[in-house]
Amino acid sequence: MSLSRLTAPLYLLASFVPIYWLVGMSMKTNEEILGGFTLWPQSPTLANYVTIFTDPDWSNGYLNSLTYVALNTVLSVLLALPAAYAFSRYRFLGDSHLFFWLLSNRMAPPAVFLLPFFQLYSSIGLFDTPWAVALAHMLFTVPLAVWILEGFMSGVPREIDETAYIDGYGFLRFFVRIFLPLIRSGVGVTAFFCFMFSWVELLLARTLTSVEAKPIVATMTRTVSAAGMDWGVLAAAGVLTLVPGAIVIWFVRDYIAKGFALGRV
Amino acid sequence: MKHGIELDGVTRMVNGEPHLADIHLKLEPGSFNVLLGRTGAGKTSLLRLMAGLDRPTSGAIRVDGVEVTGVDVRRRNVAMVYQQFVNYPSLTVYENIASPLRLSGRLGPKELDRRVRETAAALRLEPFLDRLPAELSGGQQQRTAMARALVKDASLLLLDEPLANLDYKLREELRAEIRQLFRDRPAVVVYATTEPTEALLLGGRTAVLDEGRLLQVGPTLDVYHAPATERVGQVFSDPQMNLLDVEVTEEGTEARLSPEVSFPPAEHLRGLEPGRYRLGLRAHHLRLEPRSPEDVRIPVRVEVEEVSGSETLVHATHDGIALTAQVEGVRSHPYGAELELFMSPSRCFVFSPEGRLVAAPPFTPEESLHGQD
Repeated sequence: MSLSRLTAPLYLLASFVPIYWLVGMSMKTNEEILGGFTLWPQSPTLANYVTIFTDPDWSNGYLNSLTYVALNTVLSVLLALPAAYAFSRYRFLGDSHLFFWLLSNRMAPPAVFLLPFFQLYSSIGLFDTPWAVALAHMLFTVPLAVWILEGFMSGVPREIDETAYIDGYGFLRFFVRIFLPLIRSGVGVTAFFCFMFSWVELLLARTLTSVEAKPIVATMTRTVSAAGMDWGVLAAAGVLTLVPGAIVIWFVRDYIAKGFALGRV
Repeated sequence: MKHGIELDGVTRMVNGEPHLADIHLKLEPGSFNVLLGRTGAGKTSLLRLMAGLDRPTSGAIRVDGVEVTGVDVRRRNVAMVYQQFVNYPSLTVYENIASPLRLSGRLGPKELDRRVRETAAALRLEPFLDRLPAELSGGQQQRTAMARALVKDASLLLLDEPLANLDYKLREELRAEIRQLFRDRPAVVVYATTEPTEALLLGGRTAVLDEGRLLQVGPTLDVYHAPATERVGQVFSDPQMNLLDVEVTEEGTEARLSPEVSFPPAEHLRGLEPGRYRLGLRAHHLRLEPRSPEDVRIPVRVEVEEVSGSETLVHATHDGIALTAQVEGVRSHPYGAELELFMSPSRCFVFSPEGRLVAAPPFTPEESLHGQD
């Protein structure tokens, strides 16, 4: 077999090894993990998963994360829809500058905003709530959502809007009944990108919460205890963290490439 | 609509460039109007102003004597069909057609259903009512768009090159239907096109638009047979009109095209003042054989030939003058071949050097039935 035909299988193998190892670890006991090198679990166990689902520390972590991620995704898409429509359909003073400025927001490292957010949220009582994280993440996801949606919207001929107005559609009715179905896939992809950003973001999520709204990523980094690392549970938590992302990817798999190109393909 | 639509000195500037300049136009209710102009002449801009999608930079638009210049498109009773097939992709053909009726909210469900089915039947869309637009052919998609425009009984119906994106056969078919569908309506119908043939087949009145200016308005055949200027003649000719510089001699007894070719100015050319003129001759009036003894023989050298359908376009030169003849049948003359073309002076338009019409061949209604003679 030639080298080129081997490339794909080799690449797949390489990328699957860490996932396999994670899943394998999650079904081993700590003794087996630390004991020596085993290719697969000698006595497979789901005890680690049971721990996560029964220990409120872990399960709350998941719930907290899902809460702010859902808040962030819904709010970002809702806010970005009208903004993207305006950018795609109207010319107004400074529109191109504003549009570019939105993108440049994505280039700022989240750490820059840590201190102001922390101080602001503490003083207005938002600290340690899912809203704190959701709103902070929106600083990054809304511009992204506007860009992606604008790309999809610009692919819809303007004549459809005009025909609808000529026919007598009001804006809201046109938007919901005619326009949204045309950019359905765009909305899905946008939601996916917002979801993924918020789901894997660690720095803001950990800093803006302490106890009540502690996200799963924070819980995972705080598992070092006096008894040492709980490797098996940590691996099980890792597997569960992968699951929501995998599910969302499944739904938007056909449009994801277009999303990465910000809707401009 | 009782008094129609009136454009009064309408101008539209885009980024400092005039797209439409000082348009004065009055369209009667129940009239079929062709807006003829080449690509970029401003046809779409004018239709959009009439629809209320754009606002003129200056000037006024009046419907039934009431100024509507700034009135929102939703408050106007207009319908528009675009060159692209514009339908609502997520709605079935039935819902597409029903859409404007549902929004007006004036009809009961039974009456609405009757109207939708009646319009669909007129456009032969009945078998496709449950389909989505994407599942239809181009011609059917455009029929759906037309049905949606027709169903609401708008007082202003705008069609922007509706057949341009269809293939030849479908175009012929739909064009014939359009004549039936849009005639005898109380509405003002405006049909924009680049094709002179289409204007002739549709009849009605024609307004010739060129570079944002309205050049001539009148009954289609009048404009065709008596273009007010050289430019109108060019816009209203396909293939392009031959333009020949001639000199009428002092005595007025001879018109000279070149040292080789001169002829006595007969019929409508008689009585021309001596001087320089430009003759306009449509390509199908240049022939390979003479039709009458008065026909003028022009020796030419063939440059290119184009076969289109059952006709051939012969591009040739005579003494540096470019000539195009549209002749019947498929011909093939090699490059550089020496030929003789015949023109009948009685078919020539005479333009002044500034391009204004001086004399036109007389035409009788019978010969204009076919538009081409």
